Amino acid sequence: MALLEIRNVTRRFGSFEAVKNVSFEVNAGEFFTLLGPSGCGKTTILRMIAGFDLPDEGSIVLDGVDLKDTPPEKRPIHTVFQSYALFPHMTVVDNVAFPLKMAGASAEDIRSKVKATLDLVHLSEKGDQFPHELSGGQKQRVALARSLVNRPRVLLLDEPLGALDAKLREQLQVELMSLQRDVGITFVFVTHSQAEALALSHRIAVMNAGRIEQLDEPSKIYGFPNNRFVADFIGNCNLLDATAADVQGDAVKLTSAGLGTITAPSRPGIKTGAKGVLALRPEMVRIAALGEPLDLVNRFHGKVREYVYVGDVTTYIVFLDNGQKIEALAPNAGSGRARFFETGDEVQVAWRHDAGHFVLD
Amino acid sequence: MKAASPWAKWIVGGPPFAFLLIFFALPGLIVVFASFMYPGEFGGLAKLLPLRGSEESGLTLENYQVFFSDWVYVQIFAKSFGVAALTTLICLIAGYPLAMLIARMPKKRRDLMVLLVILPFASNFLVRVYAWMIILGPFDLLFSRFAVIIGMVFVHLPFMILPLYTNLEKHDPVLLDAAQDLGANRWERFWKVTFPLSLPGIFSGAALVFIPVLGMFAIPEILGGANDWLVGNMIKESFLGTRDWPFGSMLSLMLTLAVLLVAAISTWFARGGFGRA
Repeated sequence: MALLEIRNVTRRFGSFEAVKNVSFEVNAGEFFTLLGPSGCGKTTILRMIAGFDLPDEGSIVLDGVDLKDTPPEKRPIHTVFQSYALFPHMTVVDNVAFPLKMAGASAEDIRSKVKATLDLVHLSEKGDQFPHELSGGQKQRVALARSLVNRPRVLLLDEPLGALDAKLREQLQVELMSLQRDVGITFVFVTHSQAEALALSHRIAVMNAGRIEQLDEPSKIYGFPNNRFVADFIGNCNLLDATAADVQGDAVKLTSAGLGTITAPSRPGIKTGAKGVLALRPEMVRIAALGEPLDLVNRFHGKVREYVYVGDVTTYIVFLDNGQKIEALAPNAGSGRARFFETGDEVQVAWRHDAGHFVLD
Repeated sequence: MKAASPWAKWIVGGPPFAFLLIFFALPGLIVVFASFMYPGEFGGLAKLLPLRGSEESGLTLENYQVFFSDWVYVQIFAKSFGVAALTTLICLIAGYPLAMLIARMPKKRRDLMVLLVILPFASNFLVRVYAWMIILGPFDLLFSRFAVIIGMVFVHLPFMILPLYTNLEKHDPVLLDAAQDLGANRWERFWKVTFPLSLPGIFSGAALVFIPVLGMFAIPEILGGANDWLVGNMIKESFLGTRDWPFGSMLSLMLTLAVLLVAAISTWFARGGFGRA
């Protein structure tokens, strides 16, 4: 049985439906992520799990028990708030000891658990300091320690890395993952950053406008998006409008206006005449000089409009002859200075017959 | 930003500095000086240099000797401190819930409520105190310590509510969510989060009530019993009744010292209790 079940939950604010009949289950020990743009309802779901908000319809069940009559302070669920919400008048030790004191733990118990938890987040040295004396990353760790110290069944994290700079965020992502593995507590993580979600989660629920668009492992979400929204929201993606012209076993011939035929992998459910969009990741697209021989089925002529050099890779923005924009990612793996195609260069872009994912409308 | 030039500092700081020097520091010094003098024959102060065969002149410690030799002055001081402390406590207990309520209202409503809190200031202070005579008269409560406390609380309550509100309004509501999330019930959320964070507001509110009440003479005179004098009445009487300016100066100086002592003690508590400067 799943640890946490969200069953047909709907939440309305006036006439606005923030969460529309959402259901999912979170397993014990899982790192589960709700991912979506702001206003998609992910934070509302988090607040309902914590108990600060109640569903209008449906139920939230923990260990088989409906939580509707359990107030937040009685739920074995803790939240790491986006703004950390550390108590400014308490030292780090007092902040971390707070949930233990509320639970009526003995002084000895409090002392040893606070110490162990501060060790866990590498903050043993900072115990006597006040929150305003800490850096953003340290505050984040105190908030984590405070929420973990009395071992909740579920830890909710509301964009906990949002306020940190990029370098620190990456470092804390790694720490968060190993922390979750070490303590074995179920994490429900809310973020609008697809990179964070892909890096951290066991499973991701991609949300949009109050609904779950797709719920799956990160690699499935990235590689096989269910629909146009997921393809577009997760990572960079070329979206080519196309119609299935001919299904042949595990391949499908697509026709795209002004471009001709594209060969793409097929799957059950794709029928001749189906309209949709081919989701093609930039890293699947080769870019080559005009005369260069390429043993690839899908090959088109285009012109470089722009390129973005970011060190390890260069992203080229190429416009095909029909005006379709295609992004191609080229690794800068050669020795010596990277060689670029320049803006205005005529090039060919190409990709394998089994690349991309045809998403039906 | 460019560092302010020394000129700018003087232009900005100079006028208030001069104002305080002339209208605060200088009169203060005059009061200190006057408390060591003899009263003039018809009020005011006696001449410093002796005149032939006339009244006492020069400097003296007599005022202080009188103060410390008669138990009654210390008693009146103690009584005044008691009334001020009780008034402050009642204002705190009555004002805190209201300040909290206003601070948690929607922004638009808050401004209206604050306006209502300060609305009594639109009418004259004496008129408001006289109104209490009319209210309390029929109940036979007039001219008592009770009436004085009522008057004091009524007049000073806004001075408690406003700093409390200003403090409480700044509290991040997510802190209460966090406390609740971590297992604190309503009572614990108040005593562990809201109350300790509001201590600065409590201290400034308490100072704004305690200090003026200590020196207040109008309310005890109008609502209090005939002999229920406070320090304020004694000072007023020294200047306007017996016309003994030096004695009045001495009393007001002692009052100032007492207030400073209270302020120093409460500051010390405020810092020590928080563990931060």
